[in-house]
Amino acid sequence: MRLGKFTLFSGVLILILVIGWYMFLGFGSVQPLVKHTVLGLDLQGGVHVVFQAKELPGSPVNDKTMQSTISIIETRVNELGISEPIIQKQGKDRIIVEIAGYKNPEEAVRTLIKPAVLEFKSPEGEVIVSGKDLKDAIEAKDPSTGLAEVNLTFNAEGAKKFGDFTTKNVGRNLGIYLDGKLLQNPVIQEPITDGKARITGYKDLEEAHRIAVLLRSGALPLKLEILEKKVVGPTLGADSLRRSVKASIIGVIAIFVFMILYYRFPGFIADFALILYATIVLGVMIALKATLTLPGIAGFVLSMGMAVDANILIFERLKEELRLGKTLRSAIDSGFKRAFLTVFDANATTLIAAVILYFLGTGPIRGFAVTLSIGIIASMFTAITFTRWLLFLAADSKVVKNPKLYGA
Amino acid sequence: MFHIIKNRKYWYIISLLIIVPGIISLFIQGLNWGIDFTGGTILEVKFTKSVVSQDIRNVITQEGIKVSSIQLTGEGNYLIRTEELDTAKRDAVVKALENELGQVEVLREDRIGSVVSRELLQKAFLALLIASVLMLLYITFRFEFYFGVAAIIALLHDVFVTIGLFSIFQWEVDSSFVAAILTIIGYSINDTIVIFDRIRENLKKREKGEALEDLINKSLWQTMARSINTVLTVIFVLVSLLLFGGSSIKIFVTAMLIGVTSGAYSSIFNASPIWFDLKRLSSKRKS
Repeated sequence: MRLGKFTLFSGVLILILVIGWYMFLGFGSVQPLVKHTVLGLDLQGGVHVVFQAKELPGSPVNDKTMQSTISIIETRVNELGISEPIIQKQGKDRIIVEIAGYKNPEEAVRTLIKPAVLEFKSPEGEVIVSGKDLKDAIEAKDPSTGLAEVNLTFNAEGAKKFGDFTTKNVGRNLGIYLDGKLLQNPVIQEPITDGKARITGYKDLEEAHRIAVLLRSGALPLKLEILEKKVVGPTLGADSLRRSVKASIIGVIAIFVFMILYYRFPGFIADFALILYATIVLGVMIALKATLTLPGIAGFVLSMGMAVDANILIFERLKEELRLGKTLRSAIDSGFKRAFLTVFDANATTLIAAVILYFLGTGPIRGFAVTLSIGIIASMFTAITFTRWLLFLAADSKVVKNPKLYGA
Repeated sequence: MFHIIKNRKYWYIISLLIIVPGIISLFIQGLNWGIDFTGGTILEVKFTKSVVSQDIRNVITQEGIKVSSIQLTGEGNYLIRTEELDTAKRDAVVKALENELGQVEVLREDRIGSVVSRELLQKAFLALLIASVLMLLYITFRFEFYFGVAAIIALLHDVFVTIGLFSIFQWEVDSSFVAAILTIIGYSINDTIVIFDRIRENLKKREKGEALEDLINKSLWQTMARSINTVLTVIFVLVSLLLFGGSSIKIFVTAMLIGVTSGAYSSIFNASPIWFDLKRLSSKRKS
């Protein structure tokens, strides 16, 4: 046994173990798998909605109204304190909104599609001022009663209209309507010329805050209908993550054991190649900021099953070459050479399927296609570079001399 | 060694025994389309008190809403499938459940409009078509046309076996099923190509007088260990996902399990025999 090569050989194996352990299981609080991957909605809980935009009287669906609808939704999402939302236009008249990890996704969706048309109307139904005349809306608590309210400030034009009307109509009612629903119908006590008004009657500050956000963001120029909605509660998300990780670990361990039992020493090497492979895939996913979804995890583990295939092909070749009476080194050499083309042709077709899935699929399915594609490329790479190098190294260091341990 | 090619009629019969009932079932009862395709609402809810599905059905039906199925998925967890519910109806259902059956936590909610579902189906067919054509092209380019045809037939075999069994057992089909079918295609072809690759190699060093069927048979046996071992490793993972992976990926994993097993079978017992028959027919026509 040559000590130099042997040290290198075992050093490499230990290094892979350490890196693999670090990436997947982490050390203490440093957890790359959990901390640095983007978890999909199905794993951390969240909501995915597709809105269908429809025209309103005097406001057709076109690029301009869609753009302003999207920016109003963005304002609302941000002001609700939702972090990292995805808001996308799909096709000509659809909007996709994805919100992850928000405690009340149901409520959020409801707030997003509120038309938010605010109107102050005279008893005859004439609109005096509307949401367009607003400069600001902010929630507050009445210092004397402690009740939640929304304070409105009109812009110059609005303040003037509001002032004129209240001056001329003292003693009469002024109805406040939101989306056609009468909120309040107060009597005008005195002229209001400072351009300020308030709406009361909210059950808490949070509700007042939501209304204030709606009023600040303005009314939607288009009507939004829910075309598709997928909500995953945080409990189920966490449960799915835990279950799929457990299932993956068990499946992978089964592969490891099988490889060693069937292929002996090369199988042992292949197991390390697999750890390296999995680490590369995870690293690429983190670098690409790819989203890890439930089908994505399935795709990941599945690609490990397929990654073993490259190794299996090579080892079966290796066995054949050894049976022909070749020396270990030349058997490894020709085994790899002959198996490479096979591996390449076989993987190319799987890659075709994965790419098509990516372009035609949506959401979680895309996540699956991404992990599968990365997996296929990484598996070819590790099999023909790393496994090969390690086997040569092992042969040179004479750590395992008996061809029987290579399965021959 | 056992001659796979000479016994090929039995392999064809076994395949047909699974595929034909599947196709008949497809015509008679079709597939159990999930809401991804039909439109509708799925609510997965957790009750703290113990309830039975009949209670849930009664409460929801009283709201005037059509329930298509209620399924127990875990301790106190139920999957409720109904017609498409708008926000108001959905709220009414949750409220009624809370009033009648105690505290309810909504774990998951899917609502799909029928427009979206029709688009999904079109995309799925498109994907299947594009994938088949591209693979046929790739194999024709790397191997030869008849290899491509045989591989595509083996691939359709796996698709029909999977869809057929889903129809016979009326298992639900959702969008992840489409992803599974496409992965099966990629996987099945992968398996087939490894065998064709060996046939191609053996053809190059074919000895005079060696019959084509013997050559194919030899190639099949040379790759047999690989064919079985590869599918075994994938099956390990799939079974583990099926047993421990939770309800959300069950459809996907079940479809994959059937498809991958069928893929291994068709690669060994269908693809090469079909290629042999195609070759035989074409040389007969020439002479």
